[in-house]
Amino acid sequence: MSESVLRILVAKPGLDGHDRGAKIIARALRDAGFEVIYTGLHQTPEMIAETAVQEDVDCVGLSILSGAHMTLFPRILDLLKSKGVGEIPVFGGGIIPEEDIEELKKLGIREVFTPGASTKDIVDWIRSNIEPR
Amino acid sequence: MSSGSAARKFDPRPSRPKHSTISGMEIAECYGPGDHAGQIGEPGKYPFTRGVYPTMYRTKPWTMRQFAGFGSASDTNERFKYLLAHGGGGLSTAFDMPTLMGYDADHPRAEGEVGREGVAVSTIEDMETLFAGIRLDEVTTSMTVNCSASILLAMYLVVAERKGCDWKKLGGTIQNDMFKEFIAQKEWICPPEPALRIVTDMIEFCTREVPRWHPVSVSGYHIREAGSTAVQELAFTLADGIGYVQAAVERGLDPDEFGPRISFFFNVHNDFLEEIAKIRAARRLWARIMRERFGAKTDRACLLRTHAQTSGVSLTAQQPLNNVVRVTVQALAAVLAGVQSLHTNSLDETLALPSEEAVTVALRTQQILAEESGIVNTVDPFGGSYAMEALTDRMEREAEEYIRRIDEMGGIVRAIEVGYPQAEIADAAYAFQQATDADEYITVGVNGYEMEEARRLEILKIDLSVERDQRARVSAFKARRNAQEVAARIQAVRDAAIDGTNLMPPIVAAVREGVTVGEISDVYREVFGVYEDPATI
Repeated sequence: MSESVLRILVAKPGLDGHDRGAKIIARALRDAGFEVIYTGLHQTPEMIAETAVQEDVDCVGLSILSGAHMTLFPRILDLLKSKGVGEIPVFGGGIIPEEDIEELKKLGIREVFTPGASTKDIVDWIRSNIEPR
Repeated sequence: MSSGSAARKFDPRPSRPKHSTISGMEIAECYGPGDHAGQIGEPGKYPFTRGVYPTMYRTKPWTMRQFAGFGSASDTNERFKYLLAHGGGGLSTAFDMPTLMGYDADHPRAEGEVGREGVAVSTIEDMETLFAGIRLDEVTTSMTVNCSASILLAMYLVVAERKGCDWKKLGGTIQNDMFKEFIAQKEWICPPEPALRIVTDMIEFCTREVPRWHPVSVSGYHIREAGSTAVQELAFTLADGIGYVQAAVERGLDPDEFGPRISFFFNVHNDFLEEIAKIRAARRLWARIMRERFGAKTDRACLLRTHAQTSGVSLTAQQPLNNVVRVTVQALAAVLAGVQSLHTNSLDETLALPSEEAVTVALRTQQILAEESGIVNTVDPFGGSYAMEALTDRMEREAEEYIRRIDEMGGIVRAIEVGYPQAEIADAAYAFQQATDADEYITVGVNGYEMEEARRLEILKIDLSVERDQRARVSAFKARRNAQEVAARIQAVRDAAIDGTNLMPPIVAAVREGVTVGEISDVYREVFGVYEDPATI
């Protein structure tokens, strides 16, 4: 794996304000040595895709706890594709039922972390699955 | 994660070098008579450490108030009736994210969110459906809504009016605690200053027009769920309460008049003794704040009456049946702490909104405590316990220290603007996650006692048709209205927003005429501006 530092966008789509998980992940990824950009709350899919392009990130992590993941996650994947950066890997986390995880993976979400995942699980997953673009 | 294969046995030594609470507060091996100040007082007497009433649950049982809301207004109306039919004592409404953020179901930002985290209410018609067939003068209703609370309260009042209920007889609570939104739950429209003005308008309006209503429920619940310690929850909640009382006093209101209508809402988390101490300390601190800081003369204005809810974040998706045990322990702490109403979480809430079966177990948990455990027979059974009194003193002392710091910053609005409580909570949340990742704190089934499991609970699903139907209903409703009248009512709200007169009368008039949650929120966005998340990590 290359030595250059991965740039990761941690993004919070949807209207819910549950940012405890997103902020912990952002901080843990930063402490693990990655470059982290955190969008803050209440982002539209368009805002997230735009930030991913502007910041030229290697990967996008989405956190959602409002139940709108089946609408918003695929929308973000589509927008990244339409901006010509469909290859940026996207992973997610939040309150997401198992059946939805299977469906989201089919749609192209690379991994979904649910409550109980440790920050180490997520850091390890990024280290072994994400490479600089 | 720790290895799942090796069987773990409880051994306090290696994993807990310090014997501390879940909040990291170190606990002594044994407490004695020298460990607390000694002045415990009596239940029902100032400063109310032992409870707000002299006889507590012997004469005033707590209200079993289960939070409910999902899908359409008629779906939730059915759940309300189910809960009332099974012995629930009051209603508690969960709204969906668009309603909570001030967007109608037909707004593009509502897409994917309608009816998911709660019930969708955009119009007065939705509100009428939500409470159809329920006598509003016979139940008390709690509504968990904040930045759009003024509009939802106005809708409730109009529904009551149409049912022929006198506003003076309406009992209930609207959460309406904007400070904790900026600090923790993070649903907002406009910045802190105008948000406080709207809250103060509601306190003033309710004191005059809806005297049995609680216009603010000062909430620590979300602060704790966002990752604070127990002391931070206590301190920031009371600091928020100080902010509202201060604003109301500056408006010219009498603390003895509106003080009794300020209610509270605390979390009950896992650490049993710490949680009971927290709520006992909250009562004592608040009584002193009202008397010493604000000069309240009556005891009623000094009472901290509180709702409590078991801790959502403490529940696990792993081995979900264990959640019933967690909820029981937490509910027991709430009752031993002397709360006035209680919501017990359902075992499936880490996966989705609760199913009817899970909700029933949660409600039955409270009924078992009330009917079978015997704890209702005597008031404050922990009163005088060396450990409990020492912890109560300590929670009080440490919370006072935070409140002093916030006073020095110039009050809670300033503290929020500089991000002080937010940063304290984020640090505590991160520290707890690190302790968990290092197995210093063990959660059964997550980083200890794990096992392979086929995780298949029947969970509640919200069909996509809910959103489609709701959007159609809202659009049709808007098309039926008298456009000229609607525009005039919106203008009246805008005028009040600009000139500073109380917003509630024009909002009530507007919703009566069919103005929606989104349309009034748009006025707030336009006049007061939109608050942006500082997005600090």
